[in-house]
Parts: sequence; C-alpha cells; structure tokens
Amino acid sequence: MNETRLLLRNVDEPGLNTIEVYERLGGYRSARKALLEMTPEAVLEELESSGLRGRGGAGFSMGKKASFIPKGTMDKYLCCNADESEPGAFKDRLLMQKNPHLLVEGCIIGAIAAGANKGFIFIRGEYETQADLLDAAVGEAYERGYLGENILGSDTTFELVVHRGKGAYICGEETGLLDALEGKRGNPRLKPPFPANQGLYQGPTLINNVETLCNAPIIIEKGAEWYRGLGEGNSTGTKLVSVSGNVQRPGNYEIELGVPVRDIIYGLAGGPPEGRELKCFFPGGSSAPVLTQEHLDLPFTYEAMAEAGSMLGTASVIVVDDSQPLVPLALRLAEFYRHESCGKCVPCREGTNWTVKMLERIDEGEGTPMDLDILEQVQGNIIGNCLCVLGDSMAMPVASMLKHFRPEFEQHMEAARQRRDLVGLQPMGAGELGGVAGAGAA
Amino acid sequence: MSLYPDRHSATLPALGAAQKVHGWCSPEAIRQVAAVMQVTPAYLSSVATFYDMLRTEPRGSRYVYVCTSVACHLRDARRVYEEIEREAVDQQLEDVELREFECLGACDMAPMASVDGRYVGPLTTADAAEIVSAVKDGREVLPGRGLPDLGFSIPPTPRQAPGPPEEPDVHPAGGTWKDSEVLDVPPAEGPPPHAREPLHPLDPGTSVTPEEEEPE
Repeated sequence: MNETRLLLRNVDEPGLNTIEVYERLGGYRSARKALLEMTPEAVLEELESSGLRGRGGAGFSMGKKASFIPKGTMDKYLCCNADESEPGAFKDRLLMQKNPHLLVEGCIIGAIAAGANKGFIFIRGEYETQADLLDAAVGEAYERGYLGENILGSDTTFELVVHRGKGAYICGEETGLLDALEGKRGNPRLKPPFPANQGLYQGPTLINNVETLCNAPIIIEKGAEWYRGLGEGNSTGTKLVSVSGNVQRPGNYEIELGVPVRDIIYGLAGGPPEGRELKCFFPGGSSAPVLTQEHLDLPFTYEAMAEAGSMLGTASVIVVDDSQPLVPLALRLAEFYRHESCGKCVPCREGTNWTVKMLERIDEGEGTPMDLDILEQVQGNIIGNCLCVLGDSMAMPVASMLKHFRPEFEQHMEAARQRRDLVGLQPMGAGELGGVAGAGAA
Repeated sequence: MSLYPDRHSATLPALGAAQKVHGWCSPEAIRQVAAVMQVTPAYLSSVATFYDMLRTEPRGSRYVYVCTSVACHLRDARRVYEEIEREAVDQQLEDVELREFECLGACDMAPMASVDGRYVGPLTTADAAEIVSAVKDGREVLPGRGLPDLGFSIPPTPRQAPGPPEEPDVHPAGGTWKDSEVLDVPPAEGPPPHAREPLHPLDPGTSVTPEEEEPE
C-alpha cells in the first residue's frame, strides 16, 4: 500500500527547514490567507468543521477546543506541546526536524483561531537538534514579518518562543506542561478549570500537539470540505504513524485514517523479522492497551481502536514478536512509569511502585499465582483515580497484557520459580558465598 | 527572562545555563541563579530535583544517554547499555554522565543513544568500544550514523536473526529456551501445572536467600 502524504509531502526536499525553500513550495500562503482574507471566526469554523482531532493522544476535536477559549480582549496563550516523550512516538521529531516552518505556520493559524497573542513551543530537552532548528525557523519568520507586531500589515500581534524542557515525561500532560512552563515542578493540575479557561499564567490557553497544529495550514489551504473527505467517519484526515519494535522497516509513515492495521504493520513496515510471528502490538504508544493478531484487520481509526479496548493515542505502533517474553516487557514498561510518576496522586505513585515490585518478584521466581490477581486488582485501582492519565497509562497496557496473555504470565512465573529452585541448589554466586554454600545446600 | 510574561518561567532555561557553566546544579550554581532571578535557592532546588536532565550531583559535564525504553528494549538495548558501561569502566571514562534513559523519541533507530544531544543508532554491542573511546577523545561519535548527519538512513534489513535468538534466550512461553529443555516446561495452553503447592503470597518461606539457609 502507499502512504498519503500531506504533512510529509515535501519532506525529502533539501533545505526545507529554511524559509526560502519553504516559501518557494507554497509555505506561509495559508497564514497569509487566514490573516488577510479570513476573519478569526471563519478560521475557527474551518478548523472545527474539518473534524481534525488532537493528534497528541486524547483525540479531542481541535476546533472545539479552540472554540472554548473565551472571547474578548485579554492575554491569551497558545502552547504547542512538543514534549514528545511517549515511548514509541517519534513523529513530532521528524516534523520539527524536517519541516519546522510548517509548525510555525500552524502556530500562527492556531493563534488566530484562539485569539492568542503569545505562543510557546514547549519542546523536550532531549531534542536539542530539533530545538535549534525551530529557533532558527522562528528567527527567520520574525525577519520576514510572519511573527511579531502587526503581522503582514494586519493588526494581529503574535509572539512565539521556543521553550526547552528538561526531561520529564509528565510535562507532556497538558497541565503538567503549563506548570513546567511557569517554571515549577511539572505536576498536573486538577481539572476543571480547564486550560481553555485558566491555563498558562491563569489566562485562557489553547494547547495542541505539534502534528495537530501542522495540519492547520493544510486545512486552511485546501478547505475543510476537502479535508473531511479523507479518513473514515469521525476520524478525518491523515495521521503520522511511528512504527517501531520488532519490524523490518521501522519509521514514520503517513496514512489516511481508516486503513487496516495489517497494511501498516506488514505493508509499510515489513512485518516482524523473518521467521517470526506477531505476538501483540501497542496501537498508540506504550500507554495503549495491547492488541493481538485478531485485531489486525480492524481499520486504524480512533473509534475502531477504542472499540477493540485500546486507543489510537499517538498512533505509535510498537510491534512485539513471538521471541519476546512479556513479563520483562511489562516490567520495563512499569519501571518507566514508576520513574516518571510525579508522585502527586497516591494511586499512581504507589500503584506503579507495587506493580514494578510484583513483576520483579514474578520475574525472579518469587511470584505466586495470587500475585497475578493482585496485579490485576492494583491496575483496576489506578485507572480513573488520578488527576492525570499517567497512572492509567501504565495500568491499561499491563492489565491488557494480563488479560490477553495470562497463561504466559503463569508459565513465566512457573519457569522462573523452577529456575530459582535449581539455583538454590547450585548457588548462583558460588564465588561470593564461598564453597560452604554449595556444600551446605548439597 | 524578558521573553516571558512571568520571570519564573525562565527557571528551566536558567538552570540549564548554570549547569552548562558549572557542570551540574551545584549549590553555588543554584545560589547564582537565585540571585539573578530573585527567587529562593530552595525553590530552584525543588525544580532541579524534578527534572532528569538537571544534575543535582556532579556526574560529569557531558552526557551519554542510552535509551532502554520499550521499543529499544525489544531490540536488545539493555545489552548495548551494559556493554557501553563495561567499556566505560575499562577505558576509564571520566567526566561523562552515562546512564540509561527513558524513551528519547527515536525508536526508528533503536537501539540508540544520545551523546550530548546527538542521536546515534541503530547500535549493536560491537559499537560500544568505539562510542566510549570517541567520547573520551572528544571525537565525533560514529560519524554518518547520527540522526542530523547528511544522508543518514536507517538500514532496512532485519537485524535479528531468524530462529531462536542466541541470547538472551527467551522461550515464547516464558522463561528461556534452555529452561524449557532442562525443566521440560509444558506448552502455554491450559491451566498452569505447579511443580509444588502454591505458597501463600505472604509466606516468608518464598523469600529465603541462600545465605539465610547457611548453617554456620
């Protein structure tokens, strides 16, 4: 199958990150159109009727989110969430590295729709190359008059700042991001009030993912009607899919929403290495519950993934083949969330910690069959009980692995226990324990 | 600070800048930032301890982050990390913070590492020695295999040999291939057979270590 390239259409053009090349290929025409030929209401209407949904994970309608921003004269903010830390996701990295001006243009259009006069691109600290490229792009845009006061002779003012994070997954959560941007620890806030009413510096704030904003210039250029024609049902448009894990051709692919999952994993990414079978896959980053072979023929849409008990999320497909044992994988996953939990809510802070401990026990042969029930129960107690979804992001995939592959967990536990018993008879670190240990055990 | 409507927003960039000068967020660095920003050192410490990229101990002024998160884990990142760690000890690498890191957003080139912000990959254990010696000598690490390099592309061939992997040998049913031969682990279907009576989860007998059994 082929990709449907909108965001990535010029991605192979050399020098696309410079404003000359970007303008030559039709760049900033949408910003010009939105500024000079359309009213802010019309821009908002266009975004809303395009059906564009947030590409950062939650999948909420972007136009609707922008329409929640109160009208009137006040300091309003636009935040671009470029803190892409979800394991498995690397789509925003590609966009910012190859086509930073598309994001700048998207920010301008988003700001027009929201009436924002100040914008921030919050980029994760690890993306140093990309942040430098964005800085350069923003500088060029200022020089050409696309940013700053009275953009292109209109009465719109929009300032844009690239803000670097310092490495914390939780800052990808929208309210955590706001706190980090305000210079605090990146703890999520209680919602409501939602950021659209009280966000950055208590002002109304529109927060969107990089890919969402990058779609805005295309919608303005081609029209909402045209954009709605792409995709399936309420999942309109195209989506960048980051395929990684045990596949032959990992990478970013842009597809029209609604193609079967099989075409993505096997068609575009080449499927698992030769001689291997697909065991399970995460359809939307490591936070999404895993799906199995039987789900391969589902269309890749927000609705179908939700119906199958998972989510489209960031559309980062991580493929796990049959050579991979699941317990260490679940453990690795849980360790990540334990490390990244900000510690504000108890179910997440304690739940992630105990999940790691139990999985370690199982992996080391100390587990008992009851552990699996407790493990399941712990996940149930995390889901939906925290301020943000970080805890859920661990609980859902771990619970889904248990649901789909419980026999494997039991098998692993049993094998680990037998191994431990053997090791007990032939001491593991014989050197450290001295010869007595062997003699004692025998 | 002038970039932001509120000066507190400059905290992260300021701490980052101080770290560049001092090598880490030392008490001295924090005091200096506090004096410039007109905030308390305690406030800055609370922020510095939250973020992974701000060092609150002197670990080295440069960094090598090796990603061992889910997607890299699936491609044996742990072994790459251990090999690099071993090489670092062997070659006496100093003033460099070497650590496992959470997903760095480059799962297409897994397993990968970030050397002072420059992404390199896909790595194998064979690259470990070269990475360490290049970092030590201040050379560019693995030229041509970094993400920003011109003409960089990811080799499309499957890097995992078909058939049972050599190491870590993992049985699809859990445990290892070796285990399944030695212990005769039955296939994954059906209820799990237990070699012995299931113990109570709180039974202390389950966590007895060989040392404790030692008759002295």
